Amino acid sequence: MSNNTPPKTRSVIPIGPFHPLQEEPELFRLHVEGETVVDVDVEIGWNHRGIEKLAEDRTWDQVTFLIERICGICSTSHPIAYVQAVEDCCGGVDVPERALYIRTVIAELERLHSHLLWTGLAGHFLGYNTIFMWGWKYREPVLDICEELTGNRNHYAMIKPGGVRRDLDPSLFPSVHKRLDELKKQVELLIGAVTDDPVLHARLKGIGVLTKEDAIDYCALGPVSRASGVPADVRRNHPYAAYDRVDWDVITAEKGDVYDKTIVRLLECLESIKIIHQCLDNMPEGEIDAKIEEVPPGEGIGHGEAPRGETIHYVRSDGTNSPIRHKVRAPTYMNLPTCKATVIGESITDATIILAAIDPCYCCTERTAAIDAGSKKTIMTGKDLIRLSQEKTLRLRKELGL
Amino acid sequence: MKILTDLWAFLIFPGFVFMAVLGMLVSWIDRKVTARVQYRVGPPLLQPLWDLLKLLGKETVVPRGASRLAFFGAPLIGLAGAVFVGTMVGVAMFFGEGFYGDLIVAIYMLVLPSLAIIMGGIASKNPLASVGASREMKLIVGYELPFILALLVPVIQSGGQLRLTGLLEHQYANGSFAASISGVIALVVVILCMQAKMGLVPFDQAEAETELTGGALIEYSGPALAIYKLTKMLMFYAVPMFVVAVLWGGFGGLTAWGIALGVVKYLVLVVLMTLIRNTNPRLRIEHAVKFFWGVVSVLAVCSVVLAAIGTYLGIEWM
Repeated sequence: MSNNTPPKTRSVIPIGPFHPLQEEPELFRLHVEGETVVDVDVEIGWNHRGIEKLAEDRTWDQVTFLIERICGICSTSHPIAYVQAVEDCCGGVDVPERALYIRTVIAELERLHSHLLWTGLAGHFLGYNTIFMWGWKYREPVLDICEELTGNRNHYAMIKPGGVRRDLDPSLFPSVHKRLDELKKQVELLIGAVTDDPVLHARLKGIGVLTKEDAIDYCALGPVSRASGVPADVRRNHPYAAYDRVDWDVITAEKGDVYDKTIVRLLECLESIKIIHQCLDNMPEGEIDAKIEEVPPGEGIGHGEAPRGETIHYVRSDGTNSPIRHKVRAPTYMNLPTCKATVIGESITDATIILAAIDPCYCCTERTAAIDAGSKKTIMTGKDLIRLSQEKTLRLRKELGL
Repeated sequence: MKILTDLWAFLIFPGFVFMAVLGMLVSWIDRKVTARVQYRVGPPLLQPLWDLLKLLGKETVVPRGASRLAFFGAPLIGLAGAVFVGTMVGVAMFFGEGFYGDLIVAIYMLVLPSLAIIMGGIASKNPLASVGASREMKLIVGYELPFILALLVPVIQSGGQLRLTGLLEHQYANGSFAASISGVIALVVVILCMQAKMGLVPFDQAEAETELTGGALIEYSGPALAIYKLTKMLMFYAVPMFVVAVLWGGFGGLTAWGIALGVVKYLVLVVLMTLIRNTNPRLRIEHAVKFFWGVVSVLAVCSVVLAAIGTYLGIEWM
């Protein structure tokens, strides 16, 4: 945006690329006058790993494992969106009912621990470390449940094209129910702590407001849009998995400030618990895999509601055993630009919590492309980038005398 | 000989060494209580000492373009202020000695560590440090008014005593100032100001780890940072002790019971500070200033008025 030297009354406060506020590397340049933010530049690209490119070298089945590693938190949302894209590419696969329910359970457990993680971090950003520790302590049983059901705390490797990879053991369900009931009480306690604390109200209410119009204009997704009164939730708008077979509410709020974003996330935790209870109670018997034999030439698109919003996966097949193009659009990609609407005009103090309030996930979002702005032509291809990277390694080795 | 005993008082007891040992112990209590509140185990007893020793052994980096004199002078000034006020309070409480007007000097000295943070922050030529320093300034402007107003209460009640020993003797004879309504209000005001003086949440805007990555202290490393940390530990001894002495009856006599009672009062204040900092988010700086100039100042004025009326009419409970 503004690469010219800033006027004298302005100074630039960098948040990042490595900053205790953010759990991932990225750079916000806050242009400030006094303590007021007058402009913000976002620079991402510190965490790029070329997942889309890597996906082209793997088989349809292997890609599931690869894209789980896009993000440690959304490690089920991405696979669900991906396998739905593959199933779409196959012309609509009849995924067994039980597999759909299992997908829903894992996805909601993921939402639970993701929202609790964010709540803790938000507390930390406000200097309220007690909330940080409590939120993460309450998150721990969710991870335990994940480990018991799937074998892993994160990266569950449960989803595969056509169904799920492993069945859930029904003998574990009673203890899951019990711990979710306990968790519900703890989440209610957290909600009480947020809604009853006048100091938190003073810090969170009325700051970082994303109006309903802005939310629509910026195509905000997930809890960010729902806090602004836009009930965008693909679980309800385009139901997948078993979301149309259980009873739950889309949580929305009206004001779009940080307080509303917090409350929406906390209330969604309760909805998630409700969904998991129902899925475990009503889980049908039967197969868990539709056993896809081959993926015909064509293209497919799939989506899922990740904890941060809608994630979309696009795959194109030429009939071989790996995708020739795999495109991922993570929710942060849409939510990040809303900082232009929310941060400008606020103070530095609030900028940090406002930036964090979209629950950004940069490792999901990172993309790279070198395009000539005049002719809109791609300047560098994947091969060029690899060559550049190898040249740099050689140069560094030479400099270090290795 | 006078010089020797003075040096002993400043450097060993009840000055630097005594304060440092107690300060480390108390900062351990603070960290341990914090940990228990947060479902954590907490550090071992000697952790504050190891932290300091480790920092002393680290490299010191001076940012390019920083003023070296101010950069290294600032932490020393802060440390000197903390030691001085701690010694004055200690000498008054343990030996019953002091000089006329030492209450006023103590109030001045209590500001020095905050001024040191401002000075160091500005000297380090970092935009985040400058923001931290400017916040510290606003905070001082905010809390000094109610702090001094509240400290007028004991002065009024004791009939114009400006000596720490005079205040203590008055309390030994007539009971603690905090036993009256004006005294209680003043104590509450002073506890809130103390929280800000110590830079603890909700008034840690100058450091604000997640906003300013350490704020005024961002460029400090090694021994210079260790001195800041040590100053904070000394303040953990000096400030609550000062409050106990001036407002809350001191030791209640130099007997074993009296000292034990004094220690309990002191620990109550420390734990209270820890609990406040663990049950609140950080305030915005303008909220903090408004808070001190609004509610807290009004409370302080009320306490002064009550104390004046009470003393004039001879009503003890006021």
